[in-house]
Amino acid sequence: MLALSDFLILGAVMFGLSIAGIFINRKNIIILLMAIELMLLAVNMNFIAFSHFLGDTAGQVFVFFILTVAAAEAAIGLAILVVLFRNKRTINVTELDSMKG
Amino acid sequence: MIEKLIFYIFAIIMVFGATMVITVRNPVRAALFLVLTFFASAAIWMLLEAEFLAITLVLVYVGAVMVLFLFVVMMLDINTALLKEGFIRYLPVGIGVAILLVVMLVGVVGPENFSLDEMAAPERHGADYSNTRELGSVLYTVYVYPFEIAAVILLVAIIAAITLTLRKRPTTKYQNPDSQVSVKRDDRVRMVKMKSEEKK
Amino acid sequence: MNNMENVYLWTVLAPLIGAIIAGLFGKRVGRAGAHWVTIIGVAVAFVLSAITFKHMVIDGAEVYNASVYTWMVSEGIRFEIGFLIDNLTAMMMVVVTFVSLMVHIYTVGYMHEDPGYQRFFSYISLFTFSMLMLVMANNFLQLFFGWEAVGLVSYLLIGFWYTRDTAIYANLKAFLVNRVGDFGFLLGIAAVLMYFGSLDYATVFGQVEQVDGQTITLFGDNAWSVITVICILLFIGAMGKSAQVPLHVWLPDSMEGPTPISALIHAATMVTAGIFMVARMSPLFEFSETALTVVLVIGAITALFMGFLGLVQNDIKRVVAYSTLSQLGYMTVALGASAYAAGIFHLMTHAFFKALLFLAAGSVIIAMHHEQDMRKMGGLRKYMPITWITSLIGSLALIGTPLFAGFYSKDSIIEAVAHSQIAGSGFAYFAVLTGVFVTALYSFRMYFLVFHGKERMDEHTRSHLHETPPVVTIPLILLAIPSVIIGAIFMGDMIAGDFFREAIFVLPEHDALGEWAADFHGWWAMALHAFVTWPFWLAAAGVFTAWFLYMKRPEIPGRIQARFQWLHTLLDNKYYADRFNEIVFAGGGRQLGQKLWRIGDVKLIDGLAVNGSAALVGWFAGRIRHIQTGYLFHYAFAMIIGVVVLLGLFVFLNQ
Repeated sequence: MLALSDFLILGAVMFGLSIAGIFINRKNIIILLMAIELMLLAVNMNFIAFSHFLGDTAGQVFVFFILTVAAAEAAIGLAILVVLFRNKRTINVTELDSMKG
Repeated sequence: MIEKLIFYIFAIIMVFGATMVITVRNPVRAALFLVLTFFASAAIWMLLEAEFLAITLVLVYVGAVMVLFLFVVMMLDINTALLKEGFIRYLPVGIGVAILLVVMLVGVVGPENFSLDEMAAPERHGADYSNTRELGSVLYTVYVYPFEIAAVILLVAIIAAITLTLRKRPTTKYQNPDSQVSVKRDDRVRMVKMKSEEKK
Repeated sequence: MNNMENVYLWTVLAPLIGAIIAGLFGKRVGRAGAHWVTIIGVAVAFVLSAITFKHMVIDGAEVYNASVYTWMVSEGIRFEIGFLIDNLTAMMMVVVTFVSLMVHIYTVGYMHEDPGYQRFFSYISLFTFSMLMLVMANNFLQLFFGWEAVGLVSYLLIGFWYTRDTAIYANLKAFLVNRVGDFGFLLGIAAVLMYFGSLDYATVFGQVEQVDGQTITLFGDNAWSVITVICILLFIGAMGKSAQVPLHVWLPDSMEGPTPISALIHAATMVTAGIFMVARMSPLFEFSETALTVVLVIGAITALFMGFLGLVQNDIKRVVAYSTLSQLGYMTVALGASAYAAGIFHLMTHAFFKALLFLAAGSVIIAMHHEQDMRKMGGLRKYMPITWITSLIGSLALIGTPLFAGFYSKDSIIEAVAHSQIAGSGFAYFAVLTGVFVTALYSFRMYFLVFHGKERMDEHTRSHLHETPPVVTIPLILLAIPSVIIGAIFMGDMIAGDFFREAIFVLPEHDALGEWAADFHGWWAMALHAFVTWPFWLAAAGVFTAWFLYMKRPEIPGRIQARFQWLHTLLDNKYYADRFNEIVFAGGGRQLGQKLWRIGDVKLIDGLAVNGSAALVGWFAGRIRHIQTGYLFHYAFAMIIGVVVLLGLFVFLNQ
């Protein structure tokens, strides 16, 4: 039988991978967005695993809302990306330092 | 036993997909590997009897969000070589932090706390059990207000995305419904008084 | 007696109404309107005071003591406006309103070219109101109100010619010096409230015996009698207002104000407020011999040493001013010797003859076209007969010539001191006796310099010299009459009799005055007896010396001055009291202020608190702004590291 810890470890590994992704793809904003999607997926994995093992649908409802918000986030994030590219002709994060202190 | 097999197969696919997402050079490939990851994830969610969310993940994420990603990636002219600069330099740091995090997370959520002895697997539901019905029955009752708010958030996202990317070209011809509606008779009709022509 | 209550109320209100009309509607009522309305107001007050006097003194009515208005009640302490009318008050009311009325009339002549005419009348009427409030008070709060109000009016009037620098300095000085005294006074009132729980005179005086014997710990572990502390604090207030050493420095400078003011406020009435107050507080002072000794010694020092200063002054008003200081010292000596009645008696006679002397000096000043230097006068007797005669009367009264008013009051004081057993009375006796000689010397020095001898003024002034108009001379004459007779009239009642009844309280063992008054056999006998006493011969010697030095051999004073240069310098600089105050208090204050400003304000508040915190924030921001690289991934890294740290804490703390 599969234990809860198996799913949770899978989620943790996914989370670690997405963090590593943020570190190593620090220049490419699109990959950064994808890493964030991965991170959300890892979190959702945990929610669903707990929901299943605790027999509580609340976890699934939560995932539902996370998916909704993530979809909205992706839409707006990509829209911003498009506008950014249109204005700067680049999506290189190292060139986006106008907020430098 | 078969469950375990399925789990490990899809888990490996997931980890592999995720690794590829963060390492491949080409964003299009990265997006496609992400799709793979989502598929594998949906399969594992199936194992957890979350059928509705698994389907939603595939439909919404793979069908809509990832397609959107692909569109954007293809639309923009990205110099991938430049973006990969410093990849190697940051690799050890990234891996180091990730491993540290994973080790700590596993320490928390690992078998020590959440093994079967600690938390027994629940009874499998019968064939007549509908996850969708179950979810819907709470979503439309207990969580109806958050549900409505989620709808509003999506609406806001739609409007935001459109307004952000909308470009006005001076040459574009379009109708102004506002002035169309508020037009008055005098703007259109002009009464002219003139003598009738005499018969020749 | 409801009837009398209205009288008292209108006595106070009439001058106030006059002041308000002249002050606020001065333009509307015009110059004549202003002086008429105020003169009528004060005249009404005078008539009502006279009625009160008749009612209280002659008819011997019961003491009136009632509150007419409750201002507020706070934690059981009532703040009220009320009147305490007894013989002491009635007498003060008459003196104040009479002198004030004279000064009002006189002012019509003295100020008639001044642009601030209405303002001046408004002020002096307001002063009359304030002084009446002071003397008629039946509680400490109202006393303090009147006290401060007369101080305010005094300030306004010293600086009446506010375009003169000297006037502004003088009124500022008067105000600041009085502040020192008022601080003590206020502390005294607070102490009264603390220990007696009431501000009402009657209640306080009724409880003196309970409070007597209680002690308070001040200045380390020394236990002080509460009554002594209260009395000395109150007397510090009196020292400020009645210009006793060392708070005397403001009074000579107050002569910068117009002469009628010098007569009214700085000679006859306001400066005597301290004397009046101590006499009113006699039930308190009687229970503290320490306080009485302080009063006695301070008064004796003032009486003698301020008299010396009068010898070297050349400004006619300043001579009179120092004379006032000296006479105030006499009154204070009387208070210290428990001869309150004598002090008040001298206050009354002094009010008349000193107002007379001041107004006469003012008359001379008018005639001399506002020249005040006596060295440029002389021989005015021929040109100004009325002023000359009245001045002579005033001077004779001042030096204590038998039969004149000053004789009775001053001799009473001297005799009371001679009989007093209080510590310090020996010194005081010496001081007041020497003072008699000094008084005679400076008074007649002034008299001879102004009215006799060579005419030292310039030709232009001499050609315009003439007697002053009736508005000036009539008050002189009206004041000259009481200056002669009032002593003889009241001597029997006030000193030997029981004029003040319960208003003044003297313990039997302090009653030096009564001891002496037992030998009193009428005013005529006393005058005759004077010819065999020290004071008369000392005064005569003073007059003779003045005559010899300034009439017979006018070159001698210059020689004496050259011979005793150091003494003259000391006196000319008024014992360096002003210099001392300027360097120690004003200079010290300035230095302290400078230090506080440099260190406290500039460095601590501006430098450290305001600019320092801003600089710190700026510096800190300058450091940490480098963290804000603007790169997205740096923020992401920060978040991730934060998550790792939080998780680490969670993991390791939970183990």
